[in-house]
Amino acid sequence: MLINQVCYRTLGLKQPASLSTYLSIGGYNVWKKILLEKPNPVDIINEIKLSGLRGRGGAGFLTGLKWSFISKDVKGQKYVVCNSDEGEPGTFKDRDILRYNPHQLIEGMAIAGYVIGATVGYNYIRGEFYEPIFVMEKALTEALNANLIGNNILNSGIDFNLYNFYGAGAYICGEETALMESLEGKKGQPRFKPPFPANYGVYGKPTNINNTETYASIPVILEKGGNWHLELGKPNNGGCKIFSVSGHVNKPGNYEVPLGIPFKELLNLAGGLKNNRSLKAVIPGGSSAPVLPASIINDITMDYDSIAKAGSMLGSGAVIIMNDTTCMVKALHRIAHFYADESCGQCTPCREGTSWMYKIINRIVSGHGNVSDLDLLDSVAYNICGRTICALGDAAAMPVRSFIKYFRYEFENYIENNSHL
Amino acid sequence: MFYISNEILLKCNEWLKRFPDDKKRSAVIEVLKLVQNSNGGYLNEELISEVADYLNLPKIYAYEVATFYSMFDNEKVGKYKIYFCVSISCMLCGSDDLVNYVKNKLGIDFDETTNDGKFTLKKAECLAACGGAPAVLIGEKYYENVNFNIIDKILDNLE
Repeated sequence: MLINQVCYRTLGLKQPASLSTYLSIGGYNVWKKILLEKPNPVDIINEIKLSGLRGRGGAGFLTGLKWSFISKDVKGQKYVVCNSDEGEPGTFKDRDILRYNPHQLIEGMAIAGYVIGATVGYNYIRGEFYEPIFVMEKALTEALNANLIGNNILNSGIDFNLYNFYGAGAYICGEETALMESLEGKKGQPRFKPPFPANYGVYGKPTNINNTETYASIPVILEKGGNWHLELGKPNNGGCKIFSVSGHVNKPGNYEVPLGIPFKELLNLAGGLKNNRSLKAVIPGGSSAPVLPASIINDITMDYDSIAKAGSMLGSGAVIIMNDTTCMVKALHRIAHFYADESCGQCTPCREGTSWMYKIINRIVSGHGNVSDLDLLDSVAYNICGRTICALGDAAAMPVRSFIKYFRYEFENYIENNSHL
Repeated sequence: MFYISNEILLKCNEWLKRFPDDKKRSAVIEVLKLVQNSNGGYLNEELISEVADYLNLPKIYAYEVATFYSMFDNEKVGKYKIYFCVSISCMLCGSDDLVNYVKNKLGIDFDETTNDGKFTLKKAECLAACGGAPAVLIGEKYYENVNFNIIDKILDNLE
């Protein structure tokens, strides 16, 4: 099977993050060709559309389509922004792109700059990522010194100035418009959409924003062709995806594999379950995605459509494995705490709802729950859904509803006997 | 500038170059961080006000940022802030036991500082290091796959 051939293609090499290593595998060749031949941006967009690449941050929006929203011909300042504010519980894939293949991200962002006609880019990296920030800063300096970014790049007349921006600890800034608020020096509170970033982004200017993994996929797609990428995966689910596998497995880690890989095969790659325990449940796409019991996840393939059909979502590709000893009440307790803590406070249903959901689950965990709490929880969750500016509200509600749906007996038992099954 | 040193101001000036001339507000997060680092890891109202003055911003613009993001502290902290990730993957891999062990060892709870002013314990939401759960952030360094022995060694080696 094809492993680590797109965003992680430098992983096995010496000094994977250095410019010389990246150049040695043909890095920046796509960018240099674009600078030399100045192709029509529409051709690049069509190749990306053909590749089937979908946004790797969680929403899965078609990248080629997104890139077509901003015309190169529109005058005025435009921006390319990368969302490296990785923070969805269970997700740790972008950290390794930043640490081990920063130049591929730079190349991908520069290409995006060419396509939409933006001369400035920002890479928003979460503030706790000291080591990835250090590596990215070094890579930017290398790229600038080699005139692969900057002004009049390799005498092409094209400018692209790229800067890192550091967050300061807020999950909500992974939401694209909250990120832009943060980039403007404000609290990270999401904006109403529309207008979408393509019309009104950073500083109110047209902005293309993608996830780290999405940008880093671009150079390989354009080098090997959209069709090559599409055929790695399945129709409508083209390419490889990095799955961050964590929890009760022998070899937790990042696995970049073709979309459509059977779940069981991915679990095997991650060394199978620790201590020969059996599988109880899996959260297939980061903590915001509905949990799936073993009986469902065991039979599905890992791609956008299959996981959606099974009632969850591929999200960021964070696969959280829970064995048969896991207390689902305590697991949900922890997830609910996360959303209550990270709600930005802007919308009442989310600010109040996440806090009340946590308080109710906390009451159950501390032995004072009522069976009626379960319907109350579901009702609070239901009333958050669709009633907030951004997706954090739904993200907080979906785990609650799915945990109760699939493991209701366990919650009831906990309430009656004040203990784990 | 009364409270912020020239050395820090130079760094702030450098940072400002990343943004358009009329968008200095973008720098407020990083300037607050630089100032916090130079002040033993926390901010106070005088410092926040000076940052606002430095960037020509209303004071509330700096204050709301300093109180929104989790990496800012507005009360005195220990020399080392220890962030324990307690999110779902770390929890599945034993972060609760680790946290309790350290709380007992140091005799403090989250958001408290040891009497000698050396350690402050902090609860972190997902640090994005779930492949090395449980994960701990101390200063600027991530520690992964941390167990009792490892945290003992780490804490003993911090001066």
